[in-house]
Amino acid sequence: MSVAYTSDEIMTVAAARMLRNGAVCFVGIGLPSTAANLARLTHAPDAVLVYESGPIGAKPDVLPLSIGDGNLAETADTVVSTPEIFRYWLQGGRIDVGFLGAAQIDRFANINTTVVGQYHSPKVRLPGAGGAPEISSSAKEVLIVVKQSKRTFVDVLDFITSVGFLKGGNSREQARLTGKGPVAVITDLCIFRPHPVTRELQVTSIHPGVSRESISAATGWQVRFADDCTETEPPEPEELGVLRELKARTAAAHGAQADAV
Amino acid sequence: MAEWTSLAEAIAAGVHDGDSVALEGFTHLIPFAAGHEIIRQRRRRLSLIRMTPDLIYDQMIGAGCAAKLTFSWGGNPGVGSLHRFREAVENGWPAPLAIEERSHSDLANAYVAGAANLPFAVLRGYTGSYFAKVNDRIRSVTCPFTGEVLAATPAVRPDVAIIHAQKADWKGNVLLWGILGVQKEAVLSANRTIVTVEERVRSLDAPPNACVLPAWVVTAVCEVPGGATPSYAHGYYERDNAFYQAWDRIARDRQGFQAWLDKYVFGAADFAEYLKLQGDPHVPAVRA
Repeated sequence: MSVAYTSDEIMTVAAARMLRNGAVCFVGIGLPSTAANLARLTHAPDAVLVYESGPIGAKPDVLPLSIGDGNLAETADTVVSTPEIFRYWLQGGRIDVGFLGAAQIDRFANINTTVVGQYHSPKVRLPGAGGAPEISSSAKEVLIVVKQSKRTFVDVLDFITSVGFLKGGNSREQARLTGKGPVAVITDLCIFRPHPVTRELQVTSIHPGVSRESISAATGWQVRFADDCTETEPPEPEELGVLRELKARTAAAHGAQADAV
Repeated sequence: MAEWTSLAEAIAAGVHDGDSVALEGFTHLIPFAAGHEIIRQRRRRLSLIRMTPDLIYDQMIGAGCAAKLTFSWGGNPGVGSLHRFREAVENGWPAPLAIEERSHSDLANAYVAGAANLPFAVLRGYTGSYFAKVNDRIRSVTCPFTGEVLAATPAVRPDVAIIHAQKADWKGNVLLWGILGVQKEAVLSANRTIVTVEERVRSLDAPPNACVLPAWVVTAVCEVPGGATPSYAHGYYERDNAFYQAWDRIARDRQGFQAWLDKYVFGAADFAEYLKLQGDPHVPAVRA
């Protein structure tokens, strides 16, 4: 029995399902935080959510609007300083999963959150790195959740802020990055996973009702579909219920700004 | 030794044109009152350092206080762009802004290096990214024991660090709690320190291991209740999310920003008056 849902909802649910119970997850703000908290409130109650502002084991009842909201500190197992988060917990090798968003992404899951256009005379100045460069290199694996469009999924990035598989193949291993890199990119249309040899992102699961043509049209490179490409399981009523309650609680707590989450 | 002064006196004595200045506070305890006072005293050519520029540096950059910005994430958290920062970078208005862009992990490490009186920070970072192409101060060092190549970046050593905290006692010992960001490291990396606090108390009553900055590492301490508004002070007041959202509209164009600045910063004698002008719940009733 399936329930009507939006493309944003299936993206968030599909991303949440990727987080296994008990995993220690370094969470980016926005879509990754929504998905990680949905996972914690459904199948992964023992997931440990770590935020770069210092909370470890945060269990917020409503979604944080900023990376350092007070409810993250109040619900955490402990709160450490920002240098400690990056030095002991991330660089120290204690993060299983880095959960990131992206402004732009390329076929090897490299991410740009810095500039569109020339660095010194940018067309668009984006916010910059935050914690992502070291999360993408040091977390044991990385999940990326991002809405798909040609502006976001681009052929050539103007700037690489955070690394995926660099130029593909074994170039990430050659760069001696400690983590193994992105394992999935979850969008509002489909799920990409890196090809085991070329490391190019290929579509491995298509959300119900989405055509291959629409995925191609929303991708800035010649997109490939895996031979065993399947259809994404639609959201369960329970997953949708928990997600909608979480968003409703957030909207009640934060007012209109919750639309941004 | 810390001296209790007014914020206006502390800024007049401690922040000079051309200084490198770090106002820290990671979402929490952002020293907005001090930022406004720097704008009000019309400081110029500052080299600003801050991991997350946030609204406070958007205001200071838009007001023309800055010549350089060292940062690692420049957005309006949960809302979008910092329009004054973008205008300075994209159009050089109101003044050209040199930027030194780093990652959070790097800047956090660089503050630790500064606090430890080391010349540079070492971290496993930046590999494969383009940062070193646009910032020649991001370099590398080879571990003398393992041969591993690691990122090396200059320590942060500001002329003055400014933070906001919950409490200070009559001697000027400072207590802060909740999300601490790099506040302690910023204070210990700087030559001079200005701390604004929610309240002056007889005794801190701090448990062992609490984050206490001894009075003798603080230059000036100022009682400014509400001084972190519109960010929050854990145990005192919550983040004014509505103002963060309203800022997107206020700061979107030059005229709107200038009108806000004239009315709410230059139009207020101090931060207490700003808070009154802004009213509760801290959203400007009209744009101009």
